[in-house]
Amino acid sequence: MDKVRLQREAAFIRSSLLDQGYLDEQFIQLEELQDNDNPNFVEEVVTLFYTDSARLIYNIDQALLSNPTDFTKLDDYMHQFKGSCSSIGAKKVKNECNGFGEYCEAQNYDGCFRTFQQIKQEYINLKKKLETYFQPSYDHIYAYYLISPYDLMR
Amino acid sequence: MTSRNLSTQLRALVVDDNMINRKIHQKMLNGLGVECMGVANGKEAVDVHGYGQSFDLILMDKDMPIMNGIEATKKLRSMGICSMIVGVSSRSMDVEIREFMEAGLNDYHEKPLTTAKLASIIHHIINTK
Repeated sequence: MDKVRLQREAAFIRSSLLDQGYLDEQFIQLEELQDNDNPNFVEEVVTLFYTDSARLIYNIDQALLSNPTDFTKLDDYMHQFKGSCSSIGAKKVKNECNGFGEYCEAQNYDGCFRTFQQIKQEYINLKKKLETYFQPSYDHIYAYYLISPYDLMR
Repeated sequence: MTSRNLSTQLRALVVDDNMINRKIHQKMLNGLGVECMGVANGKEAVDVHGYGQSFDLILMDKDMPIMNGIEATKKLRSMGICSMIVGVSSRSMDVEIREFMEAGLNDYHEKPLTTAKLASIIHHIINTK
């Protein structure tokens, strides 16, 4: 594999993620913390995020199934989840969380439920894109760009 | 910014129930030459002081289980702890910030913290030592 080319493509994917609003300045802050002692610091933090936030997503799902709905609990879980999103620079996911907070305050169950499905979708979208970024391979690059191998080699 | 190879001889305690924030803030502080320890709630922060540990800087999250940042800050001040305590939170309502400050904070910052913000805090501690 052409390592330099893959690194260039990974850098392009990163720029795209920032330009398209999936990530923000906080992600750059994390990258600047990487050094020879912790060359995979960002990947470690992102992995920790997806491991830890799975618990919060489960809690929110369960809270949405409870009857009556405890909007205070929902708001607390979402506050924790939003905080984690903010810490890794997950801008789009974090922004979707703002809408959820407003519906919680209004005790609007349908709004909360609908918004949470969007949050989960953005969360999964970001995960796939970050997987591509951290482990670039020709297969990932083809999948990301929806192009054929021949186009990339031009 | 302090060189990563230069120790400031300072010690910091990161108090946050979110392990991602603990990891990031500890890494930022290590990069600034500060030795760090992390705990997951206010009670653990109080306990480590009770065991005789001391710190130049305490980064105190506001919303934590078991003992929150406001309660922990009040308790530490009542124990005579004079360390610089900097409150951090993602909540930004004035009344909440005021309540946190009145508990005994030296400063407050909204999350997420940046290396630049932490560098400014560290330089203040070094200059007033």
